[in-house]
Amino acid sequence: MSDRNMEDKVEQATNSKNISLPMSRVRLIMKSSPDVSCINQDALFLTTKATELFVQHLALSSYKNGSGKGTNTLSYSDLARAAEESETFQFLTDILPKKILARDYLKSLEEMDKDDDNL
Amino acid sequence: MAERPEDLNLPNAVITRIIKEALPDGVNVSKEARRAISQAASVFVLYATSCANNFAMKAKRKTLNAGDVMSAMEEMEFERFLQPLREALEAYKKGQKGKKEASEQKRKDKEKKNGTDENDKSRDEEEDEHMDDEQEGENEGEEEDVEN
Repeated sequence: MSDRNMEDKVEQATNSKNISLPMSRVRLIMKSSPDVSCINQDALFLTTKATELFVQHLALSSYKNGSGKGTNTLSYSDLARAAEESETFQFLTDILPKKILARDYLKSLEEMDKDDDNL
Repeated sequence: MAERPEDLNLPNAVITRIIKEALPDGVNVSKEARRAISQAASVFVLYATSCANNFAMKAKRKTLNAGDVMSAMEEMEFERFLQPLREALEAYKKGQKGKKEASEQKRKDKEKKNGTDENDKSRDEEEDEHMDDEQEGENEGEEEDVEN
């Protein structure tokens, strides 16, 4: 029994060196895409690892270019700015929209209406 | 497959830990920012999958392989990930191989024991069966990827 426990511990240690996100969950997300039929084990591992690298990269570069450096915080607006300004994070603009005030939004709507009238 | 919508999220605790490890010590991450990064990670998986799938389709293959994922990273302009990914994959493969060899070695040891120790034979056989079951379970998981 203790032998088995030891093995588990060793396995956990080697896993944590490699990846910490669960591959089963990543596979579930990948398979939710309708045109994907099979994924081999290496491809699944690579996608999981890449997702971890992506999370690190997104967090760090948003923080570095963000406004919260003085206050030691990473906030939503830093992420939204990264999505807007960085070429590689462009695909995130849909899920990381910039927050704007309702009155600014109404104003931009009005301006759009005006533009339409002019046409 | 995904029965509940939250099944398509990545575990928050793990995401939070990865963020904390990436940032300098003592940086606070707002709850909103954490949720946003977690969602971004899910979108990243889907985007990478769809890119990789395009490469597989171009090559008339049904199964996504490691090369497809690497090509996808290049296309998504995440070239910076290529080198660390290559290293991680190599380590992963080594680990898998090591695991297999270890269990084979164990089996051989057990067989030897069975040969010499007749009295304990029935008990050992039971244990052997148990081990076989476990291994079949593992293999099934791998085959599933190939067949589906």
